[in-house]
Formats: sequence, structure tokens, C-alpha cells
Amino acid sequence: MAQQQILQVENASRIFGGLRAVSEVNMKIDQGELVGLIGPNGAGKTTLFNLLTGVYEPSEGKIFLNGRSVGGKKPYQITKLGAARTFQNIRLFGDMTVLENVMVAYNMHASHGLFSSIFRLPSHFGGEQEMREKAIEFLKIFKLDGKLDEYAKNLPYGEQRRLEIARALAAKPQLLLLDEPAAGMNPQETTDLMNLIRWIRDEFKITILLIEHDMGLVMGVCERIYVLDHGQIIAEGTPAEIRANSKVVEAYLGQEV
Amino acid sequence: MFNKKFFQAIALAIVFYAIVQGLIYGEVLNDYYVDTLVLLGINIILAVSLNLINGFTGQFSIGHAGFMSIGAYVSAILTVYFDLPFLVAILGGCLAAALAGLIIGLPTLRLKGDYLAIATLGFGEIIRIVWLNTEYVGGASGLNGISKYTNWTWAFFLTLVTIVVIQNIVKSTHGRAMIAVRENEIAAESMGVNVTRYKVYAFVIGAFFAGMAGALSAHYFYIIQPTSFNFMKSFEILVFVVLGGLGSTTGVVLGTILLTLLFTFLQDWPELRMIIYSLILVLTMIFRPKGLLGSVDLNKLLKKKTQPAAEKGVSS
Repeated sequence: MAQQQILQVENASRIFGGLRAVSEVNMKIDQGELVGLIGPNGAGKTTLFNLLTGVYEPSEGKIFLNGRSVGGKKPYQITKLGAARTFQNIRLFGDMTVLENVMVAYNMHASHGLFSSIFRLPSHFGGEQEMREKAIEFLKIFKLDGKLDEYAKNLPYGEQRRLEIARALAAKPQLLLLDEPAAGMNPQETTDLMNLIRWIRDEFKITILLIEHDMGLVMGVCERIYVLDHGQIIAEGTPAEIRANSKVVEAYLGQEV
Repeated sequence: MFNKKFFQAIALAIVFYAIVQGLIYGEVLNDYYVDTLVLLGINIILAVSLNLINGFTGQFSIGHAGFMSIGAYVSAILTVYFDLPFLVAILGGCLAAALAGLIIGLPTLRLKGDYLAIATLGFGEIIRIVWLNTEYVGGASGLNGISKYTNWTWAFFLTLVTIVVIQNIVKSTHGRAMIAVRENEIAAESMGVNVTRYKVYAFVIGAFFAGMAGALSAHYFYIIQPTSFNFMKSFEILVFVVLGGLGSTTGVVLGTILLTLLFTFLQDWPELRMIIYSLILVLTMIFRPKGLLGSVDLNKLLKKKTQPAAEKGVSS
């Protein structure tokens, strides 16, 4: 396939003291793919995410986003390059409203500077109005427009998850990284989430990489899966291939299948 | 939009100014009241600007007296030694303080929580020691013979400017970015917010207005001494902010007014003053741990009441 690669990880490692949390990981993700990243607890999944988003710098190896190296870039610069994420433990801006949470994502593309806001120049009003309208439109898609002025901390759990995904998407990423989006959800909510993830990929034409423990969700929604164990990729393939892979079964899926 | 409400508020403020000015002119308000009013203005400037750093951006800074002293000394030097006009001196003081904020902020804002507090506290003390050992500005005995330029008019309008500027920042994408940094730094950064830049913005702007308050106070009390800018001063400002409610400009203004008045009226009972003062602080923290208006957003309360009208505004 001649599709463009959105993410390319070359021999990336992250070493904490004597621990190789992520060890010589290679990954290639094409544009528009929906890829899962699974592995037992402590396998290094979230550390790998943190490498991809610039929270940590790789100790060894390189990571390319859209063909550009992310080495030495700060998280906000990587977001500008086109990768947005959600967090394993929800990190919303609790004391801000639903609307404001999403509007934060537009800050990096703000057309009006601090100066024009202080002096309330016309560009301030134009810029703010545009942000507001965009955010409201956006929240409509996620059926959160009824709660624009609600504080994020007061939303029920499922809606907080949805808001976090909405906020990440508002940053207009080409690559969306979801860290355990189904954690703490009941089966019905998980099914809804599965549909939402598929729908997001088709609607926004973006690439999604998700970490998940819920096998039903990963196997049901992902086209390709990477399996991480002890910091290393031990398998890669379609859900069917992963199910049949003896290494994976041994490391992780043993009881499940 | 927000324009109408804004101009109403400004008009109200100017009416208030005119009434007080009239009362001063008619000698209904004597010097004692004018002293209190000017002090109120200075304290509000200090508290509202510190609130931008501590309340909105969530960076625990307690070196505000240091920035204030820079504004005070630089502006006093400009009027006493260089005979420059007051406005130029104020601007000079503000810019010097802002520059200090930039120089201090860039390295220290990497620190978080208690560590930042200690670094800023240390900075405040260093500045004070510098003044103490500089003969040019009088050393320990302080800088004398500063002309009394500050009056009710200066205090009032500069307070107004401070509040308007801080509010204009807070109610914009830049303010939201600062609040996002306070709420969750990692999430803010992953949403594309340049965290370092916004911390430095908050720090520099906060320092700028602290310098303004310093310039006003230097030109009201004739003399400035290093001891008036010790860490107790920084804590005093911090108490205004915390009591009023971190992250609420209205609350901080209210808290500052209440505490300043309380402190002034208690001056007749010096032995009881600190006891009552601390008692009030303790009680506030027990019954309103988030400050007087910490969990109340006046704008949102008002908005809820006028919901239908607001919606009409959006759709049109």
C-alpha cells in the first residue's frame, strides 16, 4: 500500500534507572488505521504513549509523526504537529465549564494575541466568537451541547470520558491516542464507546491508536493490534492473528480465550 | 455582547469616583478617609495582580512584596533623582518590576508548588537585602523626600485599569489557558497550551502591577524603607487573595476591602488587632475554605438568571 505513514517508531526505548519500561519498540501506523495496543499491567503501554506525546523523551531510538521527528519537542508542540490524547485517569479541567474545556483546545490556533485581548481590540472579539461557535458546534456532535455551562467535574463519568475525547478531537489531530477509554465503563457504555470510536474514525478521517484492557472492545473495533509485554512488542497482527498467537496467549490472553 | 455590561460597570465606577472626589473636595472626607481609600486602591492592585499568578494560573508565588519594592524604589529614584513626571516614574517602576518578573520567572517557573513558593520567597528577601545595602537609595534608613504625587484620583484610576486589564486577560483564550494550567498542567500541555509561556505571562503581568502598587505607595507615604517590603508584606497580600477566593477577582477585591478596613479600624486597639485579625482568618478558612467567593462565580449566577436573553444573543 502506498498510504502515507502517520506514525513511525524506530527502536524507541525508555529507561528508568535499571528498568527498560519500553525496549526497542518498532511501530508503523498508516493513515486512517484503527490500531490497538494491548498488554498486561506494567507492560509499558502508557509509557509508550508518553513517549509518543512528548511527556517523556525516548532514551534511545526515534519517533516520527507525519514524517517529522518528535525528538526534543514538548507536548504542546507535538499536539501542534497533529497528535492529541486522552488520559488513563481522566484529566479534564474540572473547574472549567464543558464549553471552556473544548475552547482550550483552540488556544494554539488563536488568531488574537494577549495584547489584543488586554485592549479588547476587534480581533479579540472576532477570535473569541469564532472559538465559541466552533466549540458549540463541536459539542453538538458529542451530544454535550445541553451542558455547555456545566462544570466538567460535575458531569457523570461516561460524559467526562466523552468530553475528554471531544476535547482531544477539538485540537484537530491526525492521530488520536486513547488511553484506556473504556476503563470503568459498564458493558452498555463500552458498546456505545466502540460505536463512537468507529464513527470518529470515519467522520474525522483520522488515525486512532488505543490502549485498552477490555478485549471485547479491542478485538471488536481494531483492525490491527500490537501486543506489548515487558516493554517489548511480542506480536503484531489482525485480531484473529493475535488470538491465535501462542506467545500472546501465553503472556496475556491465556485465561481469556 | 459584553460591551454594554462593561460600559455600565465603567460608568458606575466613574460615578463612584466623582462622588468620592466631590466629598473630598467638599472636605466631608478628611485625610484619614483619603488615606484609607488610597491604601485600599494599592492593596486591591496588589491582590488582584497576585491573584492572576496564584489564583488563575495556580503558581504559588509569595514574592509579591519584592516586585512591589522594585516599583517603589525605581519610581522614587526617577522622581527624586531625575525629576521625571509621575506618570513616567510609574511606568518605569512597572516595567522594572515586570523585567524582574521575567528574569525571576524564566528559571523558577520550572519549579512546582512548595518549591516555587520558597524560590519566590527567597527572591523577595534578596531584593529587600539589595535595597538595604544600596547607599544610593538610603540603605536601611530608606529613601526620603519623595514628593506626594499619589492622590485619590491616581489610586482610583490605576486600580480600575488593573482590574479591567486582569479581567480582560482572564475572560479570553489566554485566561482560559492559564486556568487550564492551574487545573491540570499535563492535560493543558497536551491540548497544545504552551504552559511555560502562560506561566511567564502571568508572572510578568502580576509583577508589572505589583510595581504599579509600589510606585503609588512610594509617592503617598513620602518615604520608603526596605523593612516595609519584607515577607510579612507578601503574606499580607496572599491573605487578601486566599480570603477573598483564589481565582475570583470579585472575591479578591471584596476580601481586600474587608481586611484593609478591618485592619485600619482595629488600629485603635493595637494589642487586640492581631488576635481579631487572625481569628477572622481562621473562621473564614473553616467556614469558607475556598475563600469568600471562591466557589461562587458571579457572572455565572447572573447568566443563569438571564439564560433566555443570552441564548437569543448567540443565535442572532
